[in-house]
Amino acid sequence: MRANRKRRLIIVLGLVALAAVAVGLTLYALRANINLFFTPSQIAAGEAPHDRTMRIGGVVKKDSVNRDSNSLQVTFVVTDFAKDVEVSYDDILPDLFREGQGVVIVGKLDDSNEFIAQQVLAKHDETYMPPEVAQALKATGNLPDGSVPSS
Amino acid sequence: MWTFIHKLGSPKWCYSLCGRLQPGFWIAALLLIAVGSVWSLAYSPPDYQMGNSYRIIYVHVPSAILAQSVFVSMAIASAVFLIWKIKIADMAATVMAPFGAAMTFLGLFSGSLWGVPTWGTWWTWDARLTAMLIQLFLYIGVIALRGAYGRNDQGAKAVAVLTLVGVVNIPIIKYSVVWWNTLHQPATFTLTSRPAMPESMWMPLLIMVLGFYCFFTALTLYRLRNEIIRRESRTRWVQALAE
Repeated sequence: MRANRKRRLIIVLGLVALAAVAVGLTLYALRANINLFFTPSQIAAGEAPHDRTMRIGGVVKKDSVNRDSNSLQVTFVVTDFAKDVEVSYDDILPDLFREGQGVVIVGKLDDSNEFIAQQVLAKHDETYMPPEVAQALKATGNLPDGSVPSS
Repeated sequence: MWTFIHKLGSPKWCYSLCGRLQPGFWIAALLLIAVGSVWSLAYSPPDYQMGNSYRIIYVHVPSAILAQSVFVSMAIASAVFLIWKIKIADMAATVMAPFGAAMTFLGLFSGSLWGVPTWGTWWTWDARLTAMLIQLFLYIGVIALRGAYGRNDQGAKAVAVLTLVGVVNIPIIKYSVVWWNTLHQPATFTLTSRPAMPESMWMPLLIMVLGFYCFFTALTLYRLRNEIIRRESRTRWVQALAE
């Protein structure tokens, strides 16, 4: 009976290990497809496809947002602090969109490497803090880049 | 220690132990969730970026944690059942599954509600969200497989194997935000560094998480007693109980 249990224990452990290896290899093979977005560096390196809908991700560059005064048209630069991509968009931006904010953008790359956005999603980071703390950090200049408190 | 574990395997003994433990967990769950809800909704400060909408975290995080813990508990119970053939372990895995599925759904649902104002979308096929959806399908698969076999030993074995294979998804959920770039942010709480959140925010969250755990434990004890009675209905001690 004891030997029986030991055999079953080995079978169970083997089963879990086998499943883990199978899933691990699958995910490793699919790793490029599981990433949600391309980074500006990948686009600069020519890894991203042209004329196909895809997502890019990065941070909205400081002082790069230009809003058209008569329409929703807006252009801005997305950066990963190594390379930049120019983005133009013609729809409503999410509440969290601001300079320095992480964003994920759905759209197409045109021939001049400008990104024509169809949808802009704001990425939220893992830090949470009360407004007073954010104000205090801002006053001392310790607020992480781009986390501009909403008024 | 060993005699205690051996006794746990006896349905009769386990039934009475569950009955004795139950009230404490119900009271703890009720108190913790009540205190946590009031604290998190009324007294914890708003977030500097998201304002009040971040308060969804107080439901979202506990339910997502439970969704994963419940499945791990089911996997442990399944392994115990397969190796030592302890029936109580199979019963425990049976009664935990629906609660886990509900928590997974709640995690996905509250995440969607939160995503609309914060991200600008309720759903995106990023690794974290997709892995969590697969988790929901795993729960449904486990419940459906159990239902298809009815109450026989072969079915219990099949369900245990599916649960053990499915547990591979848990580390994928956990590390999805580290391994791939996703829309979902990385973990706020890690073992290695201070939480990226002040105490006034994480204290009520911790209370809510503990409250959810107590609720899960209480509900499991309650449902396990029912399951024991149902499966052992032919034994003398259950029939004596009914009289």
